[in-house]
Amino acid sequence: MTTAIAYETSDPRIGPGAHLRHVGALTRRNLMRIKADPESILDAVLVPIILTVLFSYVFGGAVSGDQHTYIQYMIPGLLGTTGLNLAMAVGTGLNSDFQTGVMDRFRTLPIGRASVLLSKIAAETLRCLLSFTILIGFAMVLGLEIKTDPLQLLAAVGLSLLFGMSVVWISMLLGMSLRSAQAVQGVSMMVMMPLQFGSSIFAPTNSMPGWLQSFTHYNPLSALADACRALINGQGAVAHPVTVVLLWSVAITAVTAPLAVARFRRRA
Amino acid sequence: MTRIDIAPSDRGPRSGNAVEVRGIVKHYGETKALDGVDLTVRQGTVLGVLGPNGAGKTTLVRVLSTLVKPDAGTAYVGGYDVLRQPRQLRRTIGLTGQYASVDELLSGYENLYLIGRLLDLPAKEAKARATELLERFSLTEAAKRPAKTYSGGMRRRLDLAASMIGRPRVLYLDEPTTGLDPRTRNEVWDEVQRMVAEGSTVLLTTQYMEEAEQLAHGLTVIDRGRVIASGGVSELKTQVGGRTLHVTPAHTAELPEMARCLHEAGLTAATVSEDAGVLTVQLADDEQLTTVVGVLGTRSFGIASIDTKLPSLDEVFLAITAKPAVTAAPTPAKETVA
Repeated sequence: MTTAIAYETSDPRIGPGAHLRHVGALTRRNLMRIKADPESILDAVLVPIILTVLFSYVFGGAVSGDQHTYIQYMIPGLLGTTGLNLAMAVGTGLNSDFQTGVMDRFRTLPIGRASVLLSKIAAETLRCLLSFTILIGFAMVLGLEIKTDPLQLLAAVGLSLLFGMSVVWISMLLGMSLRSAQAVQGVSMMVMMPLQFGSSIFAPTNSMPGWLQSFTHYNPLSALADACRALINGQGAVAHPVTVVLLWSVAITAVTAPLAVARFRRRA
Repeated sequence: MTRIDIAPSDRGPRSGNAVEVRGIVKHYGETKALDGVDLTVRQGTVLGVLGPNGAGKTTLVRVLSTLVKPDAGTAYVGGYDVLRQPRQLRRTIGLTGQYASVDELLSGYENLYLIGRLLDLPAKEAKARATELLERFSLTEAAKRPAKTYSGGMRRRLDLAASMIGRPRVLYLDEPTTGLDPRTRNEVWDEVQRMVAEGSTVLLTTQYMEEAEQLAHGLTVIDRGRVIASGGVSELKTQVGGRTLHVTPAHTAELPEMARCLHEAGLTAATVSEDAGVLTVQLADDEQLTTVVGVLGTRSFGIASIDTKLPSLDEVFLAITAKPAVTAAPTPAKETVA
């Protein structure tokens, strides 16, 4: 059966170069979609501004005595949660992608199983970086000071990005597992709200009741907020919260990324 | 129809067959979407897969394009096993779904360019191929506009173009003209015929008999996940029923008399449609045709026209998918059976 053998040997394994090209082409698609529908990037641009204004003027006086102190306290935490908020929207988008036939087309092309999802990560990284820049820039206008150095600021940004991208995998998994985009959004909100507010992002935890403190203590968002605060304000331990965030990011990615990739192929 | 069964082993496909499906089963919970489907598409031909909504046509296409894993059975496309060689198989096929699978936000050109890049064409070639196909599908003018501004027909053409970027050997067209107006439908048909002329093998699912008649060499009729008939278009027609004879008399007034004479001659199947002014006779065999002509001739009836017709594919389809009446169900009282 020479023909059969010929078929077997013509197995076009996808090399690393081809993988990169595929992810690149799909990332380009994601960015062109933003260009064609600029409103889709409003969340990345406006949300950090709205949250900064809202929180510093509503809670600023009450939590820290004055806006300026509060901005210095809250913005590093907001940096972490910005990546998170953007990340949770990815699943909603992926879900609606599946409602159209585009995903069917991609899944019948001879490309790697992870390419489409990796291209989402790539585009999301750019969106996050844009959002971080706007957040930090706007907060600096309102009086945020970088009390350390640009390198540590970059480290804070990198850490927030890394954690945000690990959450993108969760979000994509949800997006492919739940039936409708609305359901994805609902579940995301349900998970995100307690995680965000039950943390040290917006207020110091020492005034919270004991049971909540134990929750916030183990909440990775607290570690993320503490790490960013240490890296930007130069106060508090750096190594511990950074390690905790790194471990969480790696663990979340290690568990959810393979599940998401498997789900991508199997989704009927 | 002789059927050579191929054991679901490493025997592989027979040469000359672009698609070979044996005993494919797919369940969704309780529902059997596919319940042991067998079919074969010979290289360079068009197989029409006919069936009502929910018959399993789309599931079949999804199995053959590696989107859905079958629960049982084997399927080879272009010599590749859907289960064990999905990567090679994807390189062989092009798929145009029931719903246009193009990115609405991207322009026609960008859609095609993207697919070209994903199929490993170098940037230059992907560009050239996109331009060429836009031209061929008369989309050059709309090339830079987002696909969401396209009309239904343009979108379908873009979708067809997208499935042809990689010059696939086997094309699946899943109800390619559903929801299209007649003019656009003809454009799609022309394109499909052109692809076949260029050597593509096509598996076409459709609900439209006319479409199958126009495009397909062979037909497979499926209903509730099972193949209920297969063969050539004319084969299926003769299988279902004989020809119908239509006689238009020169004087409509003579119709009842003509019918009476035929009944006397033993042709009880002769019916008269006063409104249309036509006499119709279901012919069981050729001898009956001779009898009719003989009877009408001896009595010197004036005849304006006389012709015989094979049943339309619609009639064929209704005849073979007709569900056996449930005994308990009340039958509509006024229904008259011709």
